[in-house]
Amino acid sequence: MIDYLGDLFEGLLVTFQLSFTALGIGLILGLAAALARIYGNKPASYLANTYIELIRGTPLTVQLFIVYFGLPSLGILFSPTFSAIVALGINSGAYQAEYFRGAIESIGGGQMEAALSLGMSRFQAIVRIILPQALRLALPSWSNEAAYLPKYSSVAFLVTVPELLARSKMVISQNLKPLEVYLVVGLIYLVSIATISKILDMVYERYKFTVE
Amino acid sequence: MTKVVSVRDVWKHYGKIKVVRGVSFDVDEGTTTVIFGPSGAGKSTLLRCINMLHPPDRGTVFLRDIDLMKTGSKMNYYRSKFGMVFQHFNLFSHMTVLDNVMIGPRVVKKISRDQAKAIALEAIEKVRMKDWCSHYPSQLSGGQKQRVGIARALAMDPEVILLDEPTSALDPELIGEVLQTMLDLAKEKKTMICVTHEMGFAKAVASEMIFMDEGAVVETGSSEHFFTNPVNERTKRFLSRLTELYGRHETRNDIVADKK
Repeated sequence: MIDYLGDLFEGLLVTFQLSFTALGIGLILGLAAALARIYGNKPASYLANTYIELIRGTPLTVQLFIVYFGLPSLGILFSPTFSAIVALGINSGAYQAEYFRGAIESIGGGQMEAALSLGMSRFQAIVRIILPQALRLALPSWSNEAAYLPKYSSVAFLVTVPELLARSKMVISQNLKPLEVYLVVGLIYLVSIATISKILDMVYERYKFTVE
Repeated sequence: MTKVVSVRDVWKHYGKIKVVRGVSFDVDEGTTTVIFGPSGAGKSTLLRCINMLHPPDRGTVFLRDIDLMKTGSKMNYYRSKFGMVFQHFNLFSHMTVLDNVMIGPRVVKKISRDQAKAIALEAIEKVRMKDWCSHYPSQLSGGQKQRVGIARALAMDPEVILLDEPTSALDPELIGEVLQTMLDLAKEKKTMICVTHEMGFAKAVASEMIFMDEGAVVETGSSEHFFTNPVNERTKRFLSRLTELYGRHETRNDIVADKK
């Protein structure tokens, strides 16, 4: 059994690479979209809203296929791994935007008012007052996203990225033990995600605070 | 006396609803102006027009000789000349008391950490919250929160302090400590514009009182005027309602009377 664990762990590394990069891209997109929706002017808010609804209303697989199989016909050609990261990042951003929006809205207008009345600019108020609170408040639901992504990233095997699930299929084609291998793969996902959740819980405990 | 604030025919509407309808008045340096009136009279909105948090739709506000409607991109800078104290405190929940008071000088005035800390500590001491510097807002009582709110405004060394019903959200037994702090400020000749129904406070320190209803000024005058012979029918009715609710203005303000 030990002989193929090395292969699977290589796959796990690719899975981590996919999901953490996508999580980071999604964080930036999600924050930008949430801020645009709440504080942006009409066009910005509309654009953000369209992005969120479009992505949340279509399957991740379709989004991935558009990036990998569709864009080349426009002359845009990405490697399988890059396509997967782009699709997962854009997808995650739409969900993260909603987590951040919820958090920002739960802070309430009084904090912004207080910051502005001290003489802060809107930008300073967002950076110094709103975001530090919103990020902490969003953390529990954001942890969901961090736990989903390593699992969702398994769709990348459809575009030949050698991530964990793709590796397991290769292993099975050699040793013909699907039950055993898939159980092991399931366990690897389980342990990885439990670890991520635990770490994020600890971060949350460290930074949580009570909203006024 | 020097005028610090001149409110000139300020109008504000939200959609079709006219919240403030042509309000004008002046505030002299070192005086306290009390604005009172029924809820929905536009008092809070007026305060927010004064510091350009919600710039008026018509009319303007002068801070000394500066027309605040014409300050353009410097509006944030001039807004920092007004301290604001809120009914619901609006302390920054993720910051300690000290950081709440420090952040204005730090971020807006770009003062060094040490200097900002010294300024903040002085303001915190003034509201008697020195022992609570490292506490978070959620660990404080309402009265303590409001005193920190006042310290946060003071730390910016504002020309005028705007107070928006600073005691309305407090339990009765906590009102006194906040009123006391406000009295201290009045005694120090800070210029204040205060929306409040604490008539004892008004009686003790207000040099001018403004009664507002339905977005407009109904009657203005000294506290003496309001408590002895208010002219307008609506003013009389409102004052007698306040008396019914809170008792005579004298009784509620032992705290105020003592310290005069």
